[in-house]
Amino acid sequence: MRDVAIVGFAQRQMEEFDGSPTCVELLVPLFAECYEQTGWNRHDIGFWCSGSSDYLAGRSFSFVSAVDAIGVIPPVNESHVEMDAAWALYEAWLKIQTGEVDTALVYGFGKSSAGVLRRTLALQLDPYTMTPLWPDTVSLAGLQARAGIDAGTWDERAMAEVVNRSLTDAEKNEYAIRKGGSSVDELLARPMYADPLRKHDCAPVTDGAAAIVLAAGDRARSVSDRPAWISGIAHNVDPISMGNRELTRSPSTAAAAAGLDLTGVEVAELHAPFSHQELILRSELGLADDVAINPSGGALAGNPMFTGGLIRFGEAAKQVWSGNADKVLAHATSGPALQQNLVTTLEGRS
Amino acid sequence: MTRTLSAPVTVAFDYTRSTGPVIGRFLTGLRDGVVVAGRTSGGEVVVPPLEYDPDTHDQTSDFVEVASVGTVTSWTWVPEPVKDQPFDRPFAFALVTLDGATRPFFHALDVASPDEVSTGMRVQVRWAAERTGAITDIECFEPATDAGPTGVEALGDNPVTGVITPVSLDYLYAASPEESAFYRGLNEGRILGQRCPTCSKVYVPPRSACPADGTPTAEEVEVSQTGTITTFCIVNVPFLGQKIVPPYVSAYVLLDGADIAVLHLILGVPADEVRMGMRVKAVWKPREEWTYSLENIDHFEPTGDPDADYDTYRHHL
Repeated sequence: MRDVAIVGFAQRQMEEFDGSPTCVELLVPLFAECYEQTGWNRHDIGFWCSGSSDYLAGRSFSFVSAVDAIGVIPPVNESHVEMDAAWALYEAWLKIQTGEVDTALVYGFGKSSAGVLRRTLALQLDPYTMTPLWPDTVSLAGLQARAGIDAGTWDERAMAEVVNRSLTDAEKNEYAIRKGGSSVDELLARPMYADPLRKHDCAPVTDGAAAIVLAAGDRARSVSDRPAWISGIAHNVDPISMGNRELTRSPSTAAAAAGLDLTGVEVAELHAPFSHQELILRSELGLADDVAINPSGGALAGNPMFTGGLIRFGEAAKQVWSGNADKVLAHATSGPALQQNLVTTLEGRS
Repeated sequence: MTRTLSAPVTVAFDYTRSTGPVIGRFLTGLRDGVVVAGRTSGGEVVVPPLEYDPDTHDQTSDFVEVASVGTVTSWTWVPEPVKDQPFDRPFAFALVTLDGATRPFFHALDVASPDEVSTGMRVQVRWAAERTGAITDIECFEPATDAGPTGVEALGDNPVTGVITPVSLDYLYAASPEESAFYRGLNEGRILGQRCPTCSKVYVPPRSACPADGTPTAEEVEVSQTGTITTFCIVNVPFLGQKIVPPYVSAYVLLDGADIAVLHLILGVPADEVRMGMRVKAVWKPREEWTYSLENIDHFEPTGDPDADYDTYRHHL
């Protein structure tokens, strides 16, 4: 295995991006930030990989248009996943492992506000028995939240505690679009929205983009004295149908974690677009009580589609770069109600 | 005023899908008023049946009818239904374990408020008035009554082999700032491009970044309304949504001062006389018909000037 590290990260999050769904004008400054962080230019990047969705953009081949932001003379080595860009990072990591390239720039983008997000996402479900009923994302998460409440696995107070901690931490995150903790009691006094979910239990609809730079070995060391080395990476998937998985659990997260060494993790950035999902993830990952969860505020503070997971990787890497932690965990999810999960450990080496 | 131009757009398509033997069996059952489950090698009775056994990976072949009455195992309230959901008023989605099944089934539940639903409540299928062999043949679940679900007549004996699933998504589509400048220009009778500061190429319509080098285009340039046909195609084939009767000519026109051609209609010349290098000019619709669209230009037509030299457009093919 080659040593690969995260050495650059830039992001934008907003309630409504006033621009094109290809997000080219949003990506150009993000790439510029990555060049500034690394001292490189586009010719130093060996592989480009993005995560986005045509259903979100409302136009075909939107990822091809986004390539404008790169500049492709001479031609570039490029790929795309119709998933959160964290999976593009996985592909880029694999590409570097092949030895074909030493560096990669991974980016994600999406303008969730162009359509009705919770409806658009029904297109990722089974087209015979699910999509014709247009199950919206919030409803599917609501079924999952209820299952856990009924089983006594968590309760509304535990969900509110996740929200309160997230929104309090988000006050320090300049990119958070929802922030400001209050108290668990105050949150519980707010009206129910999609029973058993209150609005603050659901990640806000968010537009945005993010970019991460990966580099192998000496290329990473040339950029930073303390790169965030990827010491483990694994992803697994559960059945798409809601009836065929145990909703109070996330077996795919547990399976991914089983392949990694999670001892000594100090900080975890978990991609949980609904408050109860953080409780599921925390339990499946077996994180100790003293592990700091989502100091960025997490997805409840801002969750740009196809980027929210990648941002968790960037936020986790920042904890290593700053010296705040020696070992961190980053997690991304994709699909309905935590269907697919990607878990990574990042480490600083002195 | 917002920074960019935007307009509502609906993207719609009817997907025609074959069902295969397992989902086909399930949908045939719904059409005939029965719920068909599949039994797995592990003894689970699953609705809808799984196409392949999760343990042996064999195709499901053990089908069993289950009741159209069952128990709610989880539910959520839908306070603001989205388009095409089973109801356009608040309702519940539920997971229901039908009597005889071991796994829950996802569908809508028709109750007036969240107070009328609870985990463990008994519910029954309400069949749709017209059944076609689709998941929507079950209109929804409703609280169970002593009478049980209404009986339904069996329909036809042809098995369901396909479904048509319409998909229609509504967007508020926004142009980039550069594209917005282009469309605003068209509304003033001007054709605007932007020049890349790095390679000096002029893009029409302008793009947010030069695709060659990634630099944002910056300097606004008004290009000529006269240009050269670089390549063209004579459309002879009729297709859905076509606005002009074939044959007609669709051509790339490289406007003087631009480095990228625009696609437009060529009229005012017999189709078989259109050629590469032909000089053409924009013919605008009447001013009162202008909007923020390239359709403000009705078509291009020959200027009558001598053809352009091949060398003047060979780099733009």
